Amino acid sequence: MMNVDNARFLIVEDSPTMRQLISFSLKRFRNAKIIEAVDGLDALRKLTGGDKIDLILTDINMPVMDGLKLVSMVRHNASLKNIPIIIITTEGAEEDRERGLALGANAYIAKPIQSSHLIKTISELLAV
Amino acid sequence: MSDESRAEKFLELFNKSKEFTEELLRENERLRAQLGEIERANQDYSARYTEIEEQNNNLASLYVASYQLHSTLDFREVIHIVQEILLNLVGAKSFSILLLDENTKELRAVACDGEDAFPGIETLSTRLGEGVIGTVASRAESFYLNDGTVSLERPLAAVPLKIKDQVIGVIAIYKLLVQKHAFTAVDYELFSLLAAHAATAIFSAKLYAQSERKLNTIQSFLDLLTTTST
Repeated sequence: MMNVDNARFLIVEDSPTMRQLISFSLKRFRNAKIIEAVDGLDALRKLTGGDKIDLILTDINMPVMDGLKLVSMVRHNASLKNIPIIIITTEGAEEDRERGLALGANAYIAKPIQSSHLIKTISELLAV
Repeated sequence: MSDESRAEKFLELFNKSKEFTEELLRENERLRAQLGEIERANQDYSARYTEIEEQNNNLASLYVASYQLHSTLDFREVIHIVQEILLNLVGAKSFSILLLDENTKELRAVACDGEDAFPGIETLSTRLGEGVIGTVASRAESFYLNDGTVSLERPLAAVPLKIKDQVIGVIAIYKLLVQKHAFTAVDYELFSLLAAHAATAIFSAKLYAQSERKLNTIQSFLDLLTTTST
């Protein structure tokens, strides 16, 4: 079981406001390392660039490469496929949730986010 | 020992056990009452914890929102940040940001989002004091629709963008995200605080743009003077 306090997170969001808000929530984990990416492609570059990531938090609607494509590509990459992924999005309809989870995301959180819910979800995913 | 004294001894013992049992029962009753109190206190603490978590969440949202809003003096960028906040933090799907023209006393939409879900919000305009939006601006008081149907003239919520008593515009929300069924009690507070921060950021950006324009005009004038004198 990994120590969640030392986890390395990759936040994939085109909105600086949301990136900062998610980073703020992750400060609950004392020694957490936070890496930010502005879209799916930027995230893939960072994931394959040498930084070990323990969990990915990604938005869906982003320019260049959206979050669903990123989830799919991560799940089809031999060295990245086991990284837990949380989708954080404004798309809160049930069919969107099902689509995200079917592609391989581990959790689906609809905005506006509740910090306590996010922390609980991360803790559960990394405690496995 | 005679039978009589044995019986007395037994009765004495019986009475002592009875007292002891009664004392135990009273103690049990006291402990039950204490447990009940502890359980109630626990429930209170749990409710308080949830409340504090919620407040903490709102403070974080407010901190991030104000940080982002005051991170730039570019008018379009400030408006874009307000849009981001309304979508991501408030949970608004269709909304319009209207600014007041001090000369014509007219409120005009300068930005909107979710116009596909609520057509017409992109060209929204109203006179100060007229209709729900105009009244929100003239009275500097928020409006929340309690019952009835949402229409272009009657949004779900309208909050004045005000700096002290000066209203510079209105944020009108027409539709919430599918997962957000209604505004909660804390949303009203958060929304008003966000509107106050948005108002100062928009006002500062407008002033900055105006001063930039004036500076450019003066500079051009000075350049012209220098050229003619030489």
